[in-house]
Amino acid sequence: MNPTEAPDLVTTIGLEVHVELKTNTKMFCGCPVGFGGEPNSRVCPVCLGHPGTLPTMNEKAVEYTTKIAMALGCDIAPRSVFHRKNYFYPDMPKNYQISQYDLPVGERGSLEVEVDGEFYTVGITRAHLEEDTGKSLHIGGGGRIHDADYSLEDFNRAGTPLVEIVSEPDITSPAVARAYATELRSILEYLGVSDVRMEEGSMRVDANISVAPPGERGKKVEVKNMNSLRSVFRALEYEEKRQREVLRSGGSVTQSTRHWDEKAGRTQELRTKEEAFDYRYFPEPDLVPLEPAVEWLRQLREEQPELPIERAKRYQRDLGLSSYDAGVLRSTKALGDLFEQALAAAKKADAKQVSNWVTNDLMSLLAAVPEGTKNPPLTGSNLAELVDMVAGGDLSKSQAQQVLQKTLETGRRPREIADESGIKQVSDEGALEAAIDAVLAANPDVAERLRSGDNKPFGFLMGEVMKATKGQGNPKVVSGLIRKKIS
Amino acid sequence: MGIGRQQVEHVAKLARLALTEEELNLFEGQLSAILEHAATVTKLDTEGVEPTSHSMPLMNVLRPDVVIPPIGSAAALANAPAEEDGHFRVPRILDDES
Repeated sequence: MNPTEAPDLVTTIGLEVHVELKTNTKMFCGCPVGFGGEPNSRVCPVCLGHPGTLPTMNEKAVEYTTKIAMALGCDIAPRSVFHRKNYFYPDMPKNYQISQYDLPVGERGSLEVEVDGEFYTVGITRAHLEEDTGKSLHIGGGGRIHDADYSLEDFNRAGTPLVEIVSEPDITSPAVARAYATELRSILEYLGVSDVRMEEGSMRVDANISVAPPGERGKKVEVKNMNSLRSVFRALEYEEKRQREVLRSGGSVTQSTRHWDEKAGRTQELRTKEEAFDYRYFPEPDLVPLEPAVEWLRQLREEQPELPIERAKRYQRDLGLSSYDAGVLRSTKALGDLFEQALAAAKKADAKQVSNWVTNDLMSLLAAVPEGTKNPPLTGSNLAELVDMVAGGDLSKSQAQQVLQKTLETGRRPREIADESGIKQVSDEGALEAAIDAVLAANPDVAERLRSGDNKPFGFLMGEVMKATKGQGNPKVVSGLIRKKIS
Repeated sequence: MGIGRQQVEHVAKLARLALTEEELNLFEGQLSAILEHAATVTKLDTEGVEPTSHSMPLMNVLRPDVVIPPIGSAAALANAPAEEDGHFRVPRILDDES
């Protein structure tokens, strides 16, 4: 029997997600936030932890964190406090990280996710604000910390505002875990508070996973180093299977931290100390508490965008779109916004037609544009104009595809592009009839075969007529006319 | 209410302090005295009194999200005991036992 299919074991997963906020400056100083660049070029005495310097909170970071907590349905703390988390590691020059402990910005929220048409609610334990660490580069011993001769520190990232979002252990499968991480990323993208690029580390996912018989508590294994949504799924699937196999063979799982090796496709136990960490948290004396004003919170609530999952439900309910189409349209805020703007501007096309153009043709064209779906180079009114031209019979589907490509490249109006390049569809029966007559006259044998009931050469005739009309004949009208003439 | 020798050694280890036998004895006595004083304070009736984390009646001290030009890597590294390729160079991080 395949151990992964053993029905008498239950998988329990909790996720811890760290997100760097898209602010201009760091959490406690005015250094710019960014990715890459010369090492130690975005630092100052505050984020280098020089004696005598004092931190000051970035108001944008507090706002973004509050928005995240609200979007996750958290209770917003009437009073929240920063703590020092003390540890000895050179990626923070102060020897402590300013974080939150017992009074985070938000607590007790939830997130709804969909997997194969089923909805799951995952509890959110907390969302708190802290500062990111610097980056270490281990030199010698193959670059691994355990065998390194020494390390190099770059503090450009140190002090970047970082939000930690902790889920309840409500997740029951790797697929739900991936859906949770995907949904969370989508919400953060909608809020416009983070770049959420896992490959650049602006969103990082760690997981706790245990497997046990129902009602029992399994040994918790922490999985780190999952650098994409796909690797979240793969790593948890691997780990679930591994733990099930250990239990099935009568063994026991060791509580540990394991590292996901993407290339090898497996997790590996990290050498860690037995003793539990003691961070000696205490309130940060250099910062005063946050007590958000009721009026400010009300204003933030008003600014909250519709959440992606709500948007998808609305498209299905109010516009009659399929779950697949709604899922594509909600995948980024910009794409959904574009669809809605186009639908509002369209005079002839309906929701299904506009949606089809976005989910099929536009999506495949945007695949070639970097960050295309996050920032499509197309306005709603241009898309509406194009879809209307198809709906009105002015353009065939393939002509419209050409025009759409040119609109994306130049930003010019579809009508203008079509007029200028003479791309149009001829639906006028009189004009088409002449062309069809000429083709039939030139191919008497083909016409005869059709008349005798052999349908095979029909496509050939269509092709000849389209050639004769320079591709402008309306295929529907042309085929109707041919049928009429040979009957 | 005192503090045991083991606890003193544990706290010293957390703070990465290498203490001599005499220092351990000295701090065991001093830390015990501090804890005894705290024990006296905890006898006060604090029913209905909010815990104090900050003594100043201040809150929401925030700054606008505006860039202040950084000092540059040369200045940042000027006092570094060791540097390499624009980085701070630090000794091997993990002890051999860890």
